[in-house]
This record gives sequence, C-alpha cells and structure tokens, in this order.
Amino acid sequence: MLTMIGKRLMFAIPSLIGVVIVTFLLTRALPGDPAAYFAGPAATKEAVEQIRKKLGLDRPLIEQFFRYTNDLAHGDFGNSLTTGQPVAAEIRNRLPASAELTLLGLIVSIVIAIPLGVLAATRPGSWVDHLCRVTTTAGVSLPVFFTGLVLVYVFYFRLGWSPAPLGRLDVFYSAPPTVTGFYLIDTLIARDFEAFRSALSQLILPATTLAIFSLAPIARMTRASMLAVLASEFVRTARASGLSPATVIVTYAFRNAMLPVITTLSMVFSFLLGANVLVEKVFAWPGIGSYAVEALISSDFAPVQGFVLTMAVMYVLLNLVIDILYGVIDPRVRLEG
Amino acid sequence: MKRRDFLKSVSGLAAGAALPAMPSVISSAKADARSETLLIVSEGGPNNLDIHGVGTNVPGYEVSWNCYDRLISHEMKSGPGGVPYYDRDKFKGELAEDMKINDMSVTFKLKKNAKFHDGAPVTAKDVKWSLDRAVSVGGFPTFQMSAGSLTKPEQFVVVDDGTVRVDFAKKDKLTIPDLAVIVPCIVNSELVKKNASEKDPWGLEYTKQQTAGSGAYKVTKWTAGTEVIMERNEDWVGGPLPKIKRVIWRMVPQAGNRRALLERGDADISYELPFKDFQEMKASGKLNVVSLPFSNGIQYIGMNVTKPPFDNVKVRQAIAYALPYQKIMDAVLFGLGNPMFGAAKDKPTEVAWPQQHKYNTDMEKAKALLAEAGYANGFETTISFDLNFAGVNEPLCVLVQESLAQLGIKTTINKVPGANWRTELNKKEMPLFTNVFSGWLDYPEYFFYWCYHGNNSVFNTMSYKSAEMDKLIDGARVAAASGDTATYDTDVKGFVDLAYADVPRIPLYQPFVNVAMQKNISGYQYWFHRRLDYRAMAKG
Repeated sequence: MLTMIGKRLMFAIPSLIGVVIVTFLLTRALPGDPAAYFAGPAATKEAVEQIRKKLGLDRPLIEQFFRYTNDLAHGDFGNSLTTGQPVAAEIRNRLPASAELTLLGLIVSIVIAIPLGVLAATRPGSWVDHLCRVTTTAGVSLPVFFTGLVLVYVFYFRLGWSPAPLGRLDVFYSAPPTVTGFYLIDTLIARDFEAFRSALSQLILPATTLAIFSLAPIARMTRASMLAVLASEFVRTARASGLSPATVIVTYAFRNAMLPVITTLSMVFSFLLGANVLVEKVFAWPGIGSYAVEALISSDFAPVQGFVLTMAVMYVLLNLVIDILYGVIDPRVRLEG
Repeated sequence: MKRRDFLKSVSGLAAGAALPAMPSVISSAKADARSETLLIVSEGGPNNLDIHGVGTNVPGYEVSWNCYDRLISHEMKSGPGGVPYYDRDKFKGELAEDMKINDMSVTFKLKKNAKFHDGAPVTAKDVKWSLDRAVSVGGFPTFQMSAGSLTKPEQFVVVDDGTVRVDFAKKDKLTIPDLAVIVPCIVNSELVKKNASEKDPWGLEYTKQQTAGSGAYKVTKWTAGTEVIMERNEDWVGGPLPKIKRVIWRMVPQAGNRRALLERGDADISYELPFKDFQEMKASGKLNVVSLPFSNGIQYIGMNVTKPPFDNVKVRQAIAYALPYQKIMDAVLFGLGNPMFGAAKDKPTEVAWPQQHKYNTDMEKAKALLAEAGYANGFETTISFDLNFAGVNEPLCVLVQESLAQLGIKTTINKVPGANWRTELNKKEMPLFTNVFSGWLDYPEYFFYWCYHGNNSVFNTMSYKSAEMDKLIDGARVAAASGDTATYDTDVKGFVDLAYADVPRIPLYQPFVNVAMQKNISGYQYWFHRRLDYRAMAKG
C-alpha cells in the first residue's frame, strides 16, 4: 500500500513541474505592468523604473524563473504586492477558511442529495423523483452569487435571522488560537462556545449557497448509478431470496452504486474549492479564491503562482485519497499507478 | 473590563462551571464595546501600513493619516452643507507647538510631551530622519515631497533636541502645504532603525506590518484583505483625545452587502457605494449621507492632440459641443457631482479652479465645426476607460459613443483593466479617453502644472504642448511664491481661458466623495485625501 502511494506521488512530480513552468509563463504573459501599477498614482517614468528594479522585473525572464524556482525549493512563495504579505503565510491562513466552508457545504449537500437520489431511484416517476429533478435543476441553474445574494437579502436583511455577512466571525469576537485553522474545531478546543456559535451561524448561509449549487451533480449521479445497480441481476437475486427491501437497497445496491458517486464527489469538491470565489466575495469570506482573483486583477504574480501550485498539489492528493477509497469500497479495484 | 480580557480570564480558569453564568455578562459587555467602537466597511483595504512603502495603496493612506502625526495640519472651516472642510490656508501644529516662517526657511518647535506609541519621546532627530526618509525612499512619497520643492536631506536641520528647521530650496508657495499632507509623517526612528537591515536601510519591511508613530491610533491587528483593527493612543498630544476607542475596519467586497449592513444598523460607516445606492439612501433619510466635491478634482474627456483627427482644434471643439453633459449628470451620477459645463456666455473667467466652461450640448454647432475641419462624414476612433471605475466610466462612455454617432463618428469602447491603465496612460497613445485627476494641494497652478504643462507629466494625458500655456503656468507659480497677486490673477485667468479655447481635455464634472453613516455618528470631516479622519468622530 505505502509503496503504491509513494509511486503515485512520484508520478505527480512531472505534472507539478509542468504547472510551475506554465503558471510562471502565463502570469508573465498577462497584460499590465506591475511596476507601473505599484508605483502609485503620481509616478514618473523614473519612479516606475526604480520600482521595476526593486521587484527584480528588469532581469531577463530566464533569470527570474530560476530565482523563482530556487525560492520555491526553499519554501518561499514570494511576497504578494497587493496585500504586502508573504504568499505562503497567506495561503496557510486562507486555505482553512475556504476548506471549512467547502467541506461544510459539501456535507450539507451530501446529506440532502444522496438520500434524495436513492429515493428517486427506488421510485422512478414518483413525486420524489420529480422533486429531485426540480430541485437539482433549479440549484444548478441559479448562479452562486445570485443564490448567495438572495439568501443574504431574505435571511439577513429582511428577516434578521442570520448574522451580518462579515466573514468568519462576528466582528466583536476574536478568533480562537489556531490549531487546525477550522474555527468550528478551534473554538471547541478553546472552549469558547459563544465564538463557536458565532462561527457556525456565519457559516450557515454561505455553506447553504454552496450546497444548493452542488446538489445537482451528486443527486443525479446517485440516482443514475442506483437505477443501473437496481436493474442488475444480483439485486434481483437478493430480492428473490426474500431479503428485506432495506437490506437490498442499503447493503447490496447502495454500496455498489457508490463508486461513480465518489468520483463525482471528488470532482465537486475540487470544483467548489476553486470556484467558490463568488461566494467568498458575497460573504466577505477571507478565503483563497477571492485572494487569487484579486491578485490576478492587479497582475500580482506571486499569489497567482502560489494559488495554482497549491491547487495542483491538492488535486493530486485528492485523487490519491479517492483512489484509496475506491479500494476500500470495492475490493475488486486495485490501487495501481 | 474588555470583552476579550474577560473571556481570556474565564478560559484561563477553564472552569466549565462558570459557563452557565456567562451570557448576560457578555451581552452587556458587548453592548459597551459597540458604543465605543467604530465599524467601517469598505471594498478595499490597505496593502501596507506605511505611506513611505513601495506601492502603498490609497486605503493605506487612511491608516497613515490616523496613526502617524505630522509637524503641522490644517484647521477646519465650514464647507458645503455645513460639513467641516479642511481650510487650505490655515495651519495648526500637530507635533509642532510653534511654527516660524522666515524668508528662506521655517522653524518648528516640537511639543515637549509628545511620545511615540512605545513611550519614546519624539525628538528633532526623529523628525529629521523621517523627512530624510520621505525624500530618499523613491517612488510616490519622494515625488510628493518634490511637489513642494523638498528634495534633499540637507534641507532638514536639527537645531536642538526640540527644534527643527526646514530650509527652502527655492521660494515655493507649496512648501508649507506640502508639509501638511500625509507623506511627511513622523516615524519612530530608533525603533525602525533597530528593525532595519542593510538591504532595507529605511526599515520599510518593518513599518509595512506595524505602525511606529505617535498618532492618535495604533494598529493592533491587521489581516490583509480582511480587516484592520486600531486602538486609541491614550497619550496622544496632537490634539484633543479622540472619542472613539476602537476602530474596526472590515473589507466587504459586495456593494449590496455594504448597503445592507448600513441599513440594518450593523455597520457605522461606508464609502465606495454605487451612486444609485447613495442617492436612494439619501432619499430615504434613514442614514446620514454626506456628498462633497473632490477638491481640485475633475472627471474629463481627454483627446490625444498629437495625432489626427484630434490634432485639429476644430475637431476638439466639435466634440466639446457634442458631449451629452446633462445625460451624464442624470443617468450616470444621479446628480451627485458638480457640473463643469454650460457657463453663461458672458460669465467672466474667475481666478479659481475647477470652474465651468462654456460648451454645452449643441449638435448643430458640432456638425458645423466638424464640417469646417473636413470631417463632415465623421471618422472612426476608440474611447478608453479604466475598468477599476467601471461603475461610472462604462455608462459614461456608452453615452458619449451614442452622442458621437450622431455626428457620424464611429467609436469603439476599449475597457482597460485597472492594472494596465497607468501603463496605457504613460504610453500616451489612446486617442480618446475618460479619466479623473485630483490634486492633494488645492491650487489652480498645481493642477495645471500636472495636467497641461509642456514638460508632459503622466497626467498630461493629451500630450498637450503650448509655449503660451507653459509661460502662463510658470508665471503663476513664480507670482504665487513672491505674492504678486495681480500677475497671479492674470496668469490663472489666462491659462484657464487658453485651456478652454484649445480644449485638449473637456471637463465633465467635479466628482463627489460620498460617505454614508448612521445617524448617531458625528464629526465627519472632509480632507484633501478624501479618507476618514477618526480623530474627530464620535458615536451616540
């Protein structure tokens, strides 16, 4: 098993090198001159040149690249110019915020979508099936920022049930000491239950927004996969042997229908993590997506490169975990490179 | 007792038994904290806490203004609508208790009990080091200092521990005002030197992350892109102790949410909202909305005079008669701006800036002028704008495009990303564009020096060059320094007239800075930098 994992990680190295080169070139190909941007509103040509020199942008591209990879090898992702902070530290601070939100959204989504998909599959054409179809279609066709704004409008502005959309905690609470970076866990470790409640209530709306959006692929995939399995011969045999419907569906059919669902889950998760930029913007969430977009807008190279690299590493790890899960769920699947 | 301390002490006890009693205590402590805390929401936050830093953005100026002191500052006067407005011509000491202006120098005596946040006294050495730093670090701060003819460290002289002299390089009316802008702030030199390195002799890396000043507030927590928390400096001597104990400044990217936060009463102040929102909030009357004109600021349509067809003055005048001025005021600004067009035909030119020009939307005249210039059938061109301000620029350019189409001029709209805008301006190749310029120092000759002078600065976006114009601008600068009012007045009137006859740029309106706040917030002051001054504000 371990050698398999090691082998898989080895295979990831060339793709990571590719990512480093491509992001480096892509960010350099962006329009816009960071030196002019950061020289400020009243800069003369000399001032712009001074800044360019300070940033090392007057050097040939190849030299810049080697310096960049050398820094990277020492764990230095460079400094963001827009926020003025080291990129590695910022990603470390912001990744948990995005991950906490995405995970919670995904969990909410799974809890709703999988039972819905299973029910829809067991009773095709019934009202449950129609409900499943309507909710998933509606969920996927509403853009996330729209759902987010509507939720804010209704639950914060109109009804006042939800706290102000001001990020991860109410402004008058201080963040718990960092252990995992997940506020829900850290507040519990610190036994600060008020802050826990605040963190949870801040999470509800954005997590719901993400959940609504990701319902569709999970529910549809569960339904389709369950339908195929339910029509197969071993289910017919199980039914014929007089096993209870619950046993047939949960123990036999569902386990066999899980594989494609897991694949979808991994896709949805990675997609959500990268694409929840809009949700982060709407809820002033200090996550990694909004960070990358802001950096991109101001041609701030270092954070963009850091972001893409982090994402690439996460995809590699995620795929590995999914492959391992395959083996656990279905022993017929072998873990191979 | 502060909420945070309270919680700490409770968790320090780690006694689960104490928990059930907590909620009531917390809510009263929380209410207390809220009444002494100012919660500001805005779109962007600082990228650097030190205005001397490389590429410090405009929100960073606000931190510097409130956390650092300068030698002098401006007095307040009553501005439009009774809102306190900084008085361009009156100065007061901030760190200096006394200012003596001589013929070629000015001497400041420092307040004796002035202390930095770490308790070290503010001395003349700190002042010299800080001003040396401002003229030496390069980039924007050095450039701003040079606008007041402050260019060399030798100009700043330590007389004794509590006295500093600034020698003038030449007579310049802008030298004293330039010492009251944000840049010449006084930095704790010993503290910063301790944290400087060979590569970074001015300690810019250190002051980027924390404030090292003597100002009314100090930054206690800063999470870039998320929030800035500032606490009051209880020992501040620069003025009366501010009423607000704590300022929490949160970045909320969604304009709709900022408005919702204000209307629900959760946030105290916000700016950077769409004009429509400000106008609606003004109409509803639930919040205080302050709208004041940018001092010395104008949004304009510029034309590149080095290339056809805009090298022809007739074409430029035709465009000036074809712009949909009133539509822009109504549909883009919702009335939140001062019109800069349509002055009466017989109105004499004033010694003031900005002032209205005499063009108005008149399609017949525009057509006639265009025919005279030989473009009776129009031409094709491109109008460019900065996407960072798309909320105003985009509808504005669409209206201009529509209007010019009536003259047969086909205009393509070119949206330039914010990061790229300055590069494009520097290239000076865009034929037609809209932009804003506003100067910190509120003097006509300052504006014209940047925007119309033949030395072709970045802001002379039209590449306009005229020997006559240069003579008038230089004349006004010399006259201002020597106090020759008569010459000054003629020269100012002269360059305004010339600018409006040649129309390389067509002023549209003077933009407003809009700030919305709760009814219980008082003490808002308008400053040339257009950012908030927390020191005068109060809540409740």
